[in-house]
Amino acid sequence: MAHINLENDLPGIRGLMAYSPKTEKPLNALAEILLRDDDNTLTRGERELIGAYVSYLNDCFFCQNVHGALAGHYLGCNIDEIDAIKSDFTSAELSPKMKTLLAIAASVQKGGKAVSEDQVAAARAEGATDKEIHDSVLIAAAFCMFNRYVDGLATWAPQDRQFYVNRAPQRATEGYQSSVFK
Amino acid sequence: MAHIQVPEGVPGIRSLVMFRPETGKYLYDLAEVLLRGESPIAQADRELIAAYVSRRNECVFCSNSHAAAARCLYGDNDTTVDDVLKDMNAADISPKLKALLNIAGKVQVLGKEVKQDDIDAARAQDATDKEIHDTVLIAAAFSMFNRYVDGLASLTPTAPDAYKEMGKRMVQGYALPQKPANT
Repeated sequence: MAHINLENDLPGIRGLMAYSPKTEKPLNALAEILLRDDDNTLTRGERELIGAYVSYLNDCFFCQNVHGALAGHYLGCNIDEIDAIKSDFTSAELSPKMKTLLAIAASVQKGGKAVSEDQVAAARAEGATDKEIHDSVLIAAAFCMFNRYVDGLATWAPQDRQFYVNRAPQRATEGYQSSVFK
Repeated sequence: MAHIQVPEGVPGIRSLVMFRPETGKYLYDLAEVLLRGESPIAQADRELIAAYVSRRNECVFCSNSHAAAARCLYGDNDTTVDDVLKDMNAADISPKLKALLNIAGKVQVLGKEVKQDDIDAARAQDATDKEIHDTVLIAAAFSMFNRYVDGLASLTPTAPDAYKEMGKRMVQGYALPQKPANT
């Protein structure tokens, strides 16, 4: 049971967003532009993977399953393959650039100062642009917020992981703005 | 120097949102609604929660700027801010604010660190659902802002006066800063 009375039975962040519509707006708008906007050289799948990975590091069950399922949907991976990436992205079949961005995201999860010059130089050496580095840092930072919001208020999460996989295509189509209402 | 090419001489998050106003817009909207919007928690106390979390995350830019904003809002009681940042438990603040700051400190570590006992302690001081919600979300949001500011190594002024001016401006509200014309 959540720490506060949300007056709805929606899971995870959706329950919080329905409870607090004024904060829902910028939170959903931020998720939408960071993860779904097509004016971005990182694919939606790559951006969702960063979100899923950081949520895994923060041990947030709801977020890592929602965003892991979305990453799987976009990248054509099943749950096991996404889990394998989360537990060891260095040996996964990802581009060298994506691996350097995930390494930056992992440092952001520990703390902003953990991101080193060397990590940024490694990303640049693989062709990462300023905007890609910026977005990787901000996605990782944003999930450090979303994860804390979801778990800090002890929201409930469906335990059947297939639930998240089944919902992913609909979420991919409809986007985040509608997440409270559907 | 920042990890990416942001406008020169512009400090902290302002430089980052000038680099990418498309995302910056919603970050400032979030700060505005959380820190200036309607809430049962006073604006001064909300800025204090922000400064407290930022200090725990060792984000110098965010902790100094939000401490400066909190000092402006506390007015004659502005020493409260430094007392809390030095030792929250010893500070002369209400038991309820202490209980909320305790929750914020747990959120700073990780969401799951907020235990039923922390919530019960806040409720025993008459904290409402909305106060607990707003505290958790402010603490979570600053766990983002701090990582954004330091993760890209944005410019952090060292002069205390710089933050005093920022604090005065922040009290007026969080509007997306415009990129200087000459950069």
